[in-house]
Amino acid sequence: MTVVSDVVVPARAPFSATLQAGQVMRIIDLESQQAVDALFYNAYDTTERYSAQDTLAAEAAAGRKFHLGLGSVLLSNELRPMLTIVADTCGFHDTSAGACSCESNTVRFGHETRFMHSCRENFLAELGKYGMGKRDLVSNVNFFMNVPIRPNGELTVDDGVSKPGGYVDLRAEMDVLVLISNCPQVNNPCNGFNPTPIRIIISE
Amino acid sequence: MLDLDRLTPEQYRARYEALQEAARARAAAPPPLPAISNIPDDAVVKRESIPAGWYVALRIKRGDAIRISNPAGTPGAAIFLWNADDVSERYNAGDTVKLQWTTNLSTGKLLFSDMGRVMASITADSGAGHDSILGANSPKQAGGGRNGRDNLRLAAAKFGLTRQDVGPCLSLFSSISTDEAGRFHYNGAPPLGAMVELRAEMNLFVALSNTPHPLSGAATASGPIEFVTYHAPPPAPEDFCRIASEEAARGFINTDELFQ
Repeated sequence: MTVVSDVVVPARAPFSATLQAGQVMRIIDLESQQAVDALFYNAYDTTERYSAQDTLAAEAAAGRKFHLGLGSVLLSNELRPMLTIVADTCGFHDTSAGACSCESNTVRFGHETRFMHSCRENFLAELGKYGMGKRDLVSNVNFFMNVPIRPNGELTVDDGVSKPGGYVDLRAEMDVLVLISNCPQVNNPCNGFNPTPIRIIISE
Repeated sequence: MLDLDRLTPEQYRARYEALQEAARARAAAPPPLPAISNIPDDAVVKRESIPAGWYVALRIKRGDAIRISNPAGTPGAAIFLWNADDVSERYNAGDTVKLQWTTNLSTGKLLFSDMGRVMASITADSGAGHDSILGANSPKQAGGGRNGRDNLRLAAAKFGLTRQDVGPCLSLFSSISTDEAGRFHYNGAPPLGAMVELRAEMNLFVALSNTPHPLSGAATASGPIEFVTYHAPPPAPEDFCRIASEEAARGFINTDELFQ
C-alpha cells in the first residue's frame, strides 16, 4: 500500500481527514494507554454519521462483545457500513461511554474540573472547520479505551490495555470524514493519567 | 488550591479511585425506595395510548412528570429528549451511564443531557429494566416496518428538527445484561403492566416510540404503550433523586442555574 499521509497528533490535540473508500487509516498508540476519540461522517452528507447504537446492536445480534475489535463494522445511522476494523493489536475499543466534556466533567469529577481541556472542546473546534456544530456531535468510538460493562451493570473507565506502538486499522467502506480528539482527560484512567501523542497513517 | 492541570498521575488516580469507591458503596447499599403515589385527577395534563408501532411528540414542562405504562408487556419503547428552550441540548446516553457509574437505570437515577444537566429524573419504576446502550430498533430489525429509529426522527420533525438532532436514545422496558465474556443478553419481555415515571427537570420536547428493543427478536410491538402527563408535586430539597449521589447533586446545580 502507498502512504497518503503520516501525521503525529500531539497529546490533547484534534485531527481530521477525509478517507476515500478503500483507504486504510492506522491509529497508533505510540506510548500506550492513550484513548483516541473518533467521529465519522459520510463525506458528502454529514447528516449520515456513525451510530454507536446501531453498530452495537448489530454486533450484539452477531454474538460479538460490547467492545469493538477486529472485524467490527462501524455502521451509520442509515445502517450502512462506514468502516471496518481490519487489524487490531488491542481488542478493546469502547463505543458506549461517549466523549468527555467540560460540562460532564463537572458532574463526574467536581466543578473544580470545569476549565480543563476535553474531547468535546476538540470536536467542536474541528467540526467548525466543516461548517458543523454541536448538533453534529453524536456518538463516537473511543479507540484503546477500556470501558467494561460488568454483569452487575457497573460501567467504569479502567486502565487501558494497549501497549506502546499498538495500533488499529480502519478500512473506509465509503468516503468518510474522520474527526479525532487525542483525549486530554486526566481525571480517569483512559490515558494512564498522562496524555501522550498518537500517530495516524493513511494508506491506499 | 490544587492546580488540576499539574497533578501527578498518582494524584489523579487517587481522585478517580475515591469517586469510584463512593459509587460502589452507594450501589452496594441502595436507599429504600419512595412509595409510588397515585396521580390526583386534577393534576392530569394528558392521558393517551400509543398504538403498536406509533409514536408521540410531547412537550413536558419542568416539574411535570410522565408516567408510562406497558399493559401488554410489549418488548420496549424508545424515548429521546431535547431541552425545549435550546434544542441543541439533548439526551446523552453515554453521559447518562458514565456519570452514574452504571447501566442500571431505575428509580433515583437521572437522564443527563450533553451539557451536564439533568433532563429528567426517574421518580418511579416497576423495575422492568431500561437500556441506554443499544437503544431503538432499526428498519432492518422491524422487517422494513414501523421502527424506533424512524419514529424518533418523525417526532423530531414535529419540533422542526432532523436526523442531525437524534442521538443515541433510551429503550424503556428493555432488560439487557452483559456476561463475563462481554456479550449482551436480552432478558425477555417485561411483565404485563410494567411502569416507569420520568419527572421533567427542564422544559422538554419528548419523542416516545412504541417499538421493540433491537435484541427482543420482535419486529413489532405486542400492544399499546399508555402514558399520563401530570403536574408532579414540587421536589423537596431532600428529594430522592436530587440527593441520590454526589454526581446527582452536581448535575442539579448545573440544571437549576438555567432557572434562577
